[in-house]
Amino acid sequence: MAFPFFGGVHPKENKGYASERKTQPFPEPDILVIPMSQHIGAPCKPLVKKGDRVTLGQKIGDNEGLCVPVHASVSGTVKAVEMRPHTCGTTMMSVVIENDHLDELCPDIQPRSREAVAKMTPEELMAIIREAGIVGMGGATFPTHVKLSSGIGKVDTIIVNASECEPYITADDRLCREYPGELLSGLQVIMKILGLNSAHIALEDNKPEAVKSLRRAIDPKSGIVVEPLPTKYPQGAEKQLIYAITGREVPSGGLPAAVGCAVFNVATCKAIHDAVYQGMPLVRRIVTVSGDIVMEPKNLMVPIGTSFNDLLEAVGHSQNPYKVLSGGPMMGASQYDLSVPVIKGSNAVTILGKRNKFAIEHSACIRCGKCVDACPMHLMPVLMYESLYSGDLENMKAMNLMDCIECGCCAYTCPACVPLVLAFRSGKHKLRDAAKR
Amino acid sequence: MAQMKYFYELTISSSPHVHSPVTTRTVMRDVLIALTPALAGSVWFFGFRALLMTLISAAACMFFEWAYCKLMKTDCKVYDLSAAVTGVLLAFVCPVSIPYWMLIIGDFFAIVVVKQLFGGIGKNFVNPALAARAFLFSWPVAMSTWVKAGWENWFGIFESVTVDTVTSATPMSVMHQGSMEGIDLMDLFLGKVGGCIGETSALLLLIGFVYLLVRKIISPRIPLAYIGTVAVLTFLFPMGNDNLMWMGAQVLGGGLMLGAIFMATDYVTTPVTKLGQLIFGIGCGLLTVVIRYFGGYSEGVSYAILVMNCCVVLLDKIGRPKKFGAPKKEAAKR
Repeated sequence: MAFPFFGGVHPKENKGYASERKTQPFPEPDILVIPMSQHIGAPCKPLVKKGDRVTLGQKIGDNEGLCVPVHASVSGTVKAVEMRPHTCGTTMMSVVIENDHLDELCPDIQPRSREAVAKMTPEELMAIIREAGIVGMGGATFPTHVKLSSGIGKVDTIIVNASECEPYITADDRLCREYPGELLSGLQVIMKILGLNSAHIALEDNKPEAVKSLRRAIDPKSGIVVEPLPTKYPQGAEKQLIYAITGREVPSGGLPAAVGCAVFNVATCKAIHDAVYQGMPLVRRIVTVSGDIVMEPKNLMVPIGTSFNDLLEAVGHSQNPYKVLSGGPMMGASQYDLSVPVIKGSNAVTILGKRNKFAIEHSACIRCGKCVDACPMHLMPVLMYESLYSGDLENMKAMNLMDCIECGCCAYTCPACVPLVLAFRSGKHKLRDAAKR
Repeated sequence: MAQMKYFYELTISSSPHVHSPVTTRTVMRDVLIALTPALAGSVWFFGFRALLMTLISAAACMFFEWAYCKLMKTDCKVYDLSAAVTGVLLAFVCPVSIPYWMLIIGDFFAIVVVKQLFGGIGKNFVNPALAARAFLFSWPVAMSTWVKAGWENWFGIFESVTVDTVTSATPMSVMHQGSMEGIDLMDLFLGKVGGCIGETSALLLLIGFVYLLVRKIISPRIPLAYIGTVAVLTFLFPMGNDNLMWMGAQVLGGGLMLGAIFMATDYVTTPVTKLGQLIFGIGCGLLTVVIRYFGGYSEGVSYAILVMNCCVVLLDKIGRPKKFGAPKKEAAKR
């Protein structure tokens, strides 16, 4: 790799056990809760009502504007259309489906042949991708068709993100090992839409098996190269990844397209393949269920809408969980209600049992500067925190608080255990409020 | 909520949910470990009194910290060991002959006046141990009565200055006269010379330095910039005709090693930015040489560091890194 990014930390990976577990199909749950908002943008409006029968892959919510539809992930009966808890911490309009375990396919779902796809225009392909409800599955959940259509003509480099730098998570690793063909064919659809004949697949070098599997599957003429990157958190953060591959810095406040790059998660590539060739909308995804008290960490192929409770039951845990996270331990959101469902962006459920002193108390900053050395955005967390503490909004802005990507490197490394990310989140809110006024 | 199967007491907090094993306490513990070779050396050269002084000083600092927190009814953070580090360092920069009561007054000044009155750990702007040393120079005679390193010192455990001990000139005071008489570089390197108890052995301090580097407690920027600057300046402007010899004696002698490795790298009172740290080290080196050459006192390390401590805010402003994605000159290529 030509461009090591500055900063970052090396949290304990804890991937060993789960990374060797083959992805298992999840025993279909009886009740699924499918939120109408699983993406950045306008929430969907429900298209079904209580008592309706739905089939697997049937569209159950859609809206106009920046939005993608959501689909039923099983066949069954709509039990309720109501507000339900969501992983983002609030409640969200959701369609509750009682599973009839028949998995009756929606009649609209028809596979397409290679020849038929080869004749399609980029616009037609993007329409398929939108109708399949595909969003960025690495966690940001930005609608993929929007990223594609805004990237045409601007993007010269496609990067597929499989770096998966968070501890515990192995979903993308397994995907690269088990579905390399689907992944690459989805990537080729992206290349066709953007009119490019090369792409990079970026992984951390702690996944040698995934690298091998991809290299074996890649057609040397396809222009796709696998780029193993050093294992360092946050290697998978979009801006750091673009820098690592191309040496280009995404300008502050700008999008990757501003430097000619478009980044797609590996799971998104597979979803595009499924949508384009099999006609299957995004209704399932791989979720890693792991954590320090999990007895048997697993990678599960889970229908969207499965509750966290069901996942916890599937892996078993040796003691009462202390925290249950949607995502990994560095950036995941802690959940208070385990009836929340898996959504399109949930790559992992992390169950932590050990109380660490970090969450309980912190001591005074000793100005060690470890946060300055760790910040991949080259900010100065120590001084940002000081100005936040004294309520100096102007200085917070001057210290570039808004450029913080909340990766957690500063708080992870802080010997005084100061909750820096929490402070910066509240600081950002203050700045946004002040800007509104 | 509907269909909750289990009820757990779940904790909600902001990410990140894992933390590096390094905490303030482990950092301070590592610094104490890094100081032990030098402590062992001080016992070897100056007798058990050196050990006793170090222990008393560390205990007194922890006591003052605890007592102040009790008095002010604030959270007591003695367990973070930072007061112990201050105590050990203060003992290290005193001659073995000073009375215990004087050392304890120094501890009081370091912890209560320099550290706690400015807001406690992380808030003091000068190094407490060095400020206390500067304060103790209110008793100039006691602070500059030197004892020859050697076996004789093993007998004077409790008395401050015994008949046996000889008030001697240190290599620094000899060199202050522009002379190199009787100075042996090997003695300076190993530490068999007069001086403050913890500063004499460059070798043992360097062992501590390597430990700190390996444990990633400090970066080598400040010590290397500091010692490098002193080396270059003394090589270019020697007193006498042997550049190398003079440079070696200046680098190995006095409090330079102790200061550069343990004092100028104190987290609280040094810059947090890379560039700031480099300038800090160079500034310390420059001031040290200037004070040694032109000052009335033979040693300049402690004052150099104290002066540079006062410039830290400015140095961090200068050294502030360019943020990721900041506009470049040729950024508008697209």
